[in-house]
Amino acid sequence: MPPYCWRKGSTVEISVSVNGTQRTSEVEARTLLVYYLRDELGLTGTNVGCDTSSCGACTVHVNGESVKSCTMLAVQADGENVTTIEGLAPSSDELHPMQESFREHHGLQCGYCTPGMVMAACSLLDENPRPSEADVREGLEGNLCRCTGYHNIVKAVLACSGQDVS
Amino acid sequence: MIPASFDYVKASSADEAISLISEHGDEAKLLAGGHSLIPMMKLRLAVPSVLVDIAGVRDLSHVEDRGDHIAIGALAKHRSIETSDLLIAQCPMLAHVASKVGDPQVRHRGTIGGSLAHSDPASDLPAAVLALGGSLIVQGPNGQREIAATDFFTGYFESALAEDEMLTEVKVPKSPGTNWNYQKFNRRAQDWAIVGVAAAQVDGAMQVSLVNMGSTPLRATAVETALASGASAAEAADEAANGTEAPTDLNASPEYRAHLARVLTKRALEASGVE
Ligand SMILES: Cc1cc2nc3c(=O)[nH]c(=O)nc-3n(C[C@H](O)[C@H](O)[C@H](O)COP(=O)(O)OP(=O)(O)OC[C@H]3O[C@@H](n4cnc5c(N)ncnc54)[C@H](O)[C@@H]3O)c2cc1C
Ligand code: FES
Ligand code: FES
Repeated sequence: MPPYCWRKGSTVEISVSVNGTQRTSEVEARTLLVYYLRDELGLTGTNVGCDTSSCGACTVHVNGESVKSCTMLAVQADGENVTTIEGLAPSSDELHPMQESFREHHGLQCGYCTPGMVMAACSLLDENPRPSEADVREGLEGNLCRCTGYHNIVKAVLACSGQDVS
Repeated sequence: MIPASFDYVKASSADEAISLISEHGDEAKLLAGGHSLIPMMKLRLAVPSVLVDIAGVRDLSHVEDRGDHIAIGALAKHRSIETSDLLIAQCPMLAHVASKVGDPQVRHRGTIGGSLAHSDPASDLPAAVLALGGSLIVQGPNGQREIAATDFFTGYFESALAEDEMLTEVKVPKSPGTNWNYQKFNRRAQDWAIVGVAAAQVDGAMQVSLVNMGSTPLRATAVETALASGASAAEAADEAANGTEAPTDLNASPEYRAHLARVLTKRALEASGVE
């Protein structure tokens, strides 16, 4: 058998609901979900930070739960519902409450971690609608931010859960 | 980083998965949550030419009351173990340990079967199942067998699973109450344990296991023997590193790990009600 790097693997037809629209594509089996979203569907809101499952910049929702899309194959999303940062806002001129809260509380600086951070934060509030500050810090441990020092991100998430952060 | 090319097949039942891995031999790998396998494939530490995706196999995500024990399907995700009311009531240690694995994103995908089959000495759930004295149901072309957790971990990332076998269920004894504890020592959020200690009282006896203190998850037999002959928590904990060969890496020398094992064992025992 030739060395593995020369070998061509199978392509697979997948059908994924992405931000509410059913998308059908032929992908190489080894395609990671994040590259399917970015390169195939042009949804470049989802960032790649570390590419090694550590930073959370690539976080999207699969069936409503946060996952790191650099650590999932596109074929594993076949038949599932994927939501990316592009699918969060209710319309093009209105932000999702979590996005609004990040803006209001200065939960971002360069913005690179933000799409993943917002997706992780929404999943966190889904599971725990009134988290304590410690719950938020622990619940976002899979997401790294190199700018903000996290305080304002935590504030934004607490505020979005309806708690007083003044 | 992109994995090397492979062929991808979805199995819809355990039988189908087993016949596919039997057919392809060591070229094939089962894919559950992918949260150990995909990172390894991206680094080309694993280069399977066929992936058999078992995530869609139904009836293997259960957490069920079976009288004296709880049966957990191999495909139950860390998150569903962490939040299972049955486990929280009847085997709270396992639910707690699941909540300490990685981060929420990892727990939304990773499965208990994948974690045990991967047999990483630094992982949390293998040590928990070991301390609880659980057992594993594996299925192969010739039927099922049950393997005690104490016989399952055979070497560094190696288990008693044969190439054509699949782990289908994990059994843990009911062990309600507060006589248990898990100590996970690490320096960064979402990281693996530098050393971990799981302690659980099962049928009146204190059982202790160690994370990252050797090439496999280990039972701390020296500690258990000392406790059985009446030692205090502090005396028994002194034995924690006996008979272990702790690894060395960027985080810790073997001596430091041995120290951690003693300190964490003392904490775990005291928190489990041993005086
Ligand atoms: C960022 C990150 C942080 C993590 N942190 C931790 C941590 O702190 N503690 C910890 O314990 N783990 C940690 N993990 C690992 C995580 O728990 C994995 O989910 C788990 O080890 C593997 O489960 P899986 O379902 O993803 O298995 P997969 O990756 O799909 O498979 C792992 C291996 O097991 C085999 N396999 C899978 N299922 C079966 C089965 N039913 N029968 C036989 N073989 C099977 C596969 O062929 C493969 O060899 C982390 C992972 C990541 C990405
Ligand atoms: S890019 Fe996926 S976790 Fe960093
Ligand atoms: S805002 Fe820059 S990395 Fe978070």
